[in-house]
Amino acid sequence: MKPTGQGMTQETIEITLNGQPRRVAAGHTVLSLLNELGLHPGLVVVEHNREILERARLGSVPVGAGDVIEVVHFVGGG
Amino acid sequence: MTTTTQPVTRDVPFVIGGREFRSRLMVGTGKYRTNEEMVAAIDASGAEIITVAVRRVDLDRTKEEGILFHLDPKRYFLLPNTAGCYTAEEAVRYARLARAAGLNDWVKLEVIGDQRTLLPDVMATLEAAKTLVADGFKVLAYTNEDVVTALRLEDAGCAAVMPLASPIGSGLGLVNPYYIREIKRRLSVPVIVDAGVGTASDACVTMEQGVDGILMNTALAEAQDPVAMARAMRLAVEAGRLAYLAGRMPRREVAVPSSPVTGMLD
Repeated sequence: MKPTGQGMTQETIEITLNGQPRRVAAGHTVLSLLNELGLHPGLVVVEHNREILERARLGSVPVGAGDVIEVVHFVGGG
Repeated sequence: MTTTTQPVTRDVPFVIGGREFRSRLMVGTGKYRTNEEMVAAIDASGAEIITVAVRRVDLDRTKEEGILFHLDPKRYFLLPNTAGCYTAEEAVRYARLARAAGLNDWVKLEVIGDQRTLLPDVMATLEAAKTLVADGFKVLAYTNEDVVTALRLEDAGCAAVMPLASPIGSGLGLVNPYYIREIKRRLSVPVIVDAGVGTASDACVTMEQGVDGILMNTALAEAQDPVAMARAMRLAVEAGRLAYLAGRMPRREVAVPSSPVTGMLD
């Protein structure tokens, strides 16, 4: 639980994001999580609990406690 | 009087998986000193097929730029690889992630079997190739210069087979021209030599074996002037291809005079 600006508490959950534990606000979809991370959904691919998510589904898949999320993109390679 | 200088020999189109490409030189995007240098070198190479890797986004950097910021997928055909994968399962996972990016359903399949030599695990490569072909991928499979494996990969439905010239990043050039020629003789799908080319002469000699194309990365990225080397490679690939089509003179272990032996003065 983290205090918010209004003196309220906002519920957070722990997920594993790109191999690292990370606390994020509860109630995210994968798409809203990407937005919060500043990632353009058109330039990354998301794997959610080992399932690859098509872009059209990003906004309808909720992020839950304990989820394992990988966000990948294309980098230089041979 | 005018003369024609067009060669009699005409090349056949370079077609992989039913798609025609204009350049027989394919290049990678790794290890360049700067993105600007990479973009300039790729432009100078004339390559159309450009390989890219799939990796985690670096979340700690404020603005991590993927390769798509620098290379226009409308101008280049981006070919994702499975570099760094050591099992068939891992390679299939990377290929599917790459496909989900929405560019195409092609993959340069690489399953590495040994860290020191980066030589392929051919059994795992074959297993992954079968899975990916069944899943609708166009698979271009990196392999060693073994003709039996190359035949198995073709049988598995690969769109192209990519034997190495020498180990990845070694720059040792074409170490086994006989095996490469044999693979080319025996396969119907395109044979694209991948890895090991170090300089323009390596590329030229490789193309002279009759293979359909070459993929290189380090030879450009680690040259002191990658743009100049890219141009050299472009010319070398064209020269080697043309020399192959032209058909070289026989090798002889004795000299044969080029000037008439008759008509000499007493």
